Amino acid sequence: MTAISIRPHPPGDERYRHWQGAYRRYDILKEAVIALAGVTALVILLAILFSSPDVRPSTVRQWARTMPIDFVSTATAELDGTSGTATYGPPYNHASSGQHLWFIHLQKWLGVSHPVNAARDFVLAPLRAIPGQPAVKAALTAYARAPARQQRAWASAYAKALAKARLSGGGGILTPPGSYGPLPTMMEALLRFAQSGGLDGVLLTSQHFYQTDYTKPLLFMADGSLLADRAQSQHLLGNQWGMMNETGSYPGQVWLWLYTFWYQIRPFSTSPNADIDVMAIMALLSLGLILIPFLPIVRDIPRWIPIHRLIWRAHYQSASPPGGSYRSAGR
Amino acid sequence: MGRCALPYTVAAMFTAAVFDLNQHATYLHWHFIDLSLSNVLVIVAMVVVFALAILAPFPGGRQRGESQ
Amino acid sequence: MSSFGERSWAAAVRERAVRALPPEQLLPDRQPAYVASWIYVFGVLSLSSLAVLIASGCILALKGPAWWHFTSVGHFFNSVHLWSVELFFFFMVVHLWGKYWMAAWRGGRARVWMTGAIIFLVAIPCALTGYVSQQNFDSQWISTQAKDAMNASGIGAFFNLLNFGQMYSYHVLLLPAAVVALVIAHVLLVRRHGVVPPLERSELLARPGADEQLDRHDGESGA
Repeated sequence: MTAISIRPHPPGDERYRHWQGAYRRYDILKEAVIALAGVTALVILLAILFSSPDVRPSTVRQWARTMPIDFVSTATAELDGTSGTATYGPPYNHASSGQHLWFIHLQKWLGVSHPVNAARDFVLAPLRAIPGQPAVKAALTAYARAPARQQRAWASAYAKALAKARLSGGGGILTPPGSYGPLPTMMEALLRFAQSGGLDGVLLTSQHFYQTDYTKPLLFMADGSLLADRAQSQHLLGNQWGMMNETGSYPGQVWLWLYTFWYQIRPFSTSPNADIDVMAIMALLSLGLILIPFLPIVRDIPRWIPIHRLIWRAHYQSASPPGGSYRSAGR
Repeated sequence: MGRCALPYTVAAMFTAAVFDLNQHATYLHWHFIDLSLSNVLVIVAMVVVFALAILAPFPGGRQRGESQ
Repeated sequence: MSSFGERSWAAAVRERAVRALPPEQLLPDRQPAYVASWIYVFGVLSLSSLAVLIASGCILALKGPAWWHFTSVGHFFNSVHLWSVELFFFFMVVHLWGKYWMAAWRGGRARVWMTGAIIFLVAIPCALTGYVSQQNFDSQWISTQAKDAMNASGIGAFFNLLNFGQMYSYHVLLLPAAVVALVIAHVLLVRRHGVVPPLERSELLARPGADEQLDRHDGESGA
């Protein structure tokens, strides 16, 4: 009995299901072994010729020693809630609702899953951990007892003063005279603590002995300028196509070209929602990549631009009759 | 300081690279496009390898004439 | 049915597997005559790169994440791991280009294409978790930057790039397992359906929509 059905476009693809034509000798295992040997040799050669990059990480200690004014400015911003982390929003805090795409607020909806209190975690708790410093204890007490408005006024004044600060001969920070309350004492102590290396440890292990979560030290350092300065010199900033790059002149992650491309052009280059916008675009394009067999036009391009003529030129030049080697879906 | 037990040439293979890629990269700029030379070379290599793969003659291209 | 005549799961699965993929298709010693281009080797080159990637990763995992910073042998295996990643993506992209221009999804091979595309997309976060597990400046910068994309899309709520322990676990176990499972599915599908035949000569002049027509067939079942 003959049945007629409407096939999804293009219906002719069913004829490619089975090959009825000529075969040639082939050893799949030999091919795999040769390929593996060749690739192994090539990788070892590349490793010998070029090695791999290993740029040493920054520490809070280094940051405090090489950029003390930047360190103290960042710590002040953490204290008065104006730093990047303090104003980030989820998953660290509720300071903002984060990025959104139209009515989709994924960042807010998924909530605060990694709570970070910038003032407490980066400044107040480490200062309380410093033993035997009565001046610091007194400064902390004075700060804690002051009303919130006073705390903000001190921090704001001190932040403005730091913009004109300079270093003293002993490595301390000299600011113009002003009303900063206990902040200079607190920040001087925090700076010395950081320069000794103690702050690295406290930020990492403040809750537990064993720790593998570097969220706090990394967020704190990222709020300052040290990481960004190093990144800029290595051409790794977002607006330098940095996502694709590697330190030095090593090839980087070339496959991220389309992902980083969007960040270089408007409106994404200036948008506060750039990250979710780009993620949405790339999610759509990735879905498109997966579904190419079902997308009209995209799946037809290989037929219109016949690069396959080059790939299969031996087949097309052969003597076999057209269509004779193809079996339709029915037996 | 410990002594390296491996022969010098083998140890050298594992340590310093023949070509030091830790120097600053060269960047190619064109309007808003700003790519490192290394990345451009990788992309060009991909295109060249693809072109060679489809153009280069393949040995034993004759059909053996056996069919199912 | 098993050889003992009763209903056996093992026998049923075995018979179904052998019906779907006979041994001579799984490990063939012949291939269609049209498989005569160097573009066809990029699949096995991608597989080989993945094998070297995993082997070098195992050696790095044997000695722990700090080893390669302090010994030259460790640094060498890290270099092997890095360059096999570069080659894996290189060969995979050329393989993808070849398969696209061959329209290799034809003839019921859509799942082959789809699993291949998903492998590429899963390999990207696998590489990302590797970059943030290096414990050097790269890791610091990449994690503090990429976290914004994760957080903005809500993924950061359960996937914290700044958490080395979590990222190392994803990189060493979870994502490679996903890539390997997908690669196995992809390769088995290729062996099952065979390498896609060339487009017919009549298609060389095909226009869009030209073959949208009724298709006659004799009682066979669908794809």
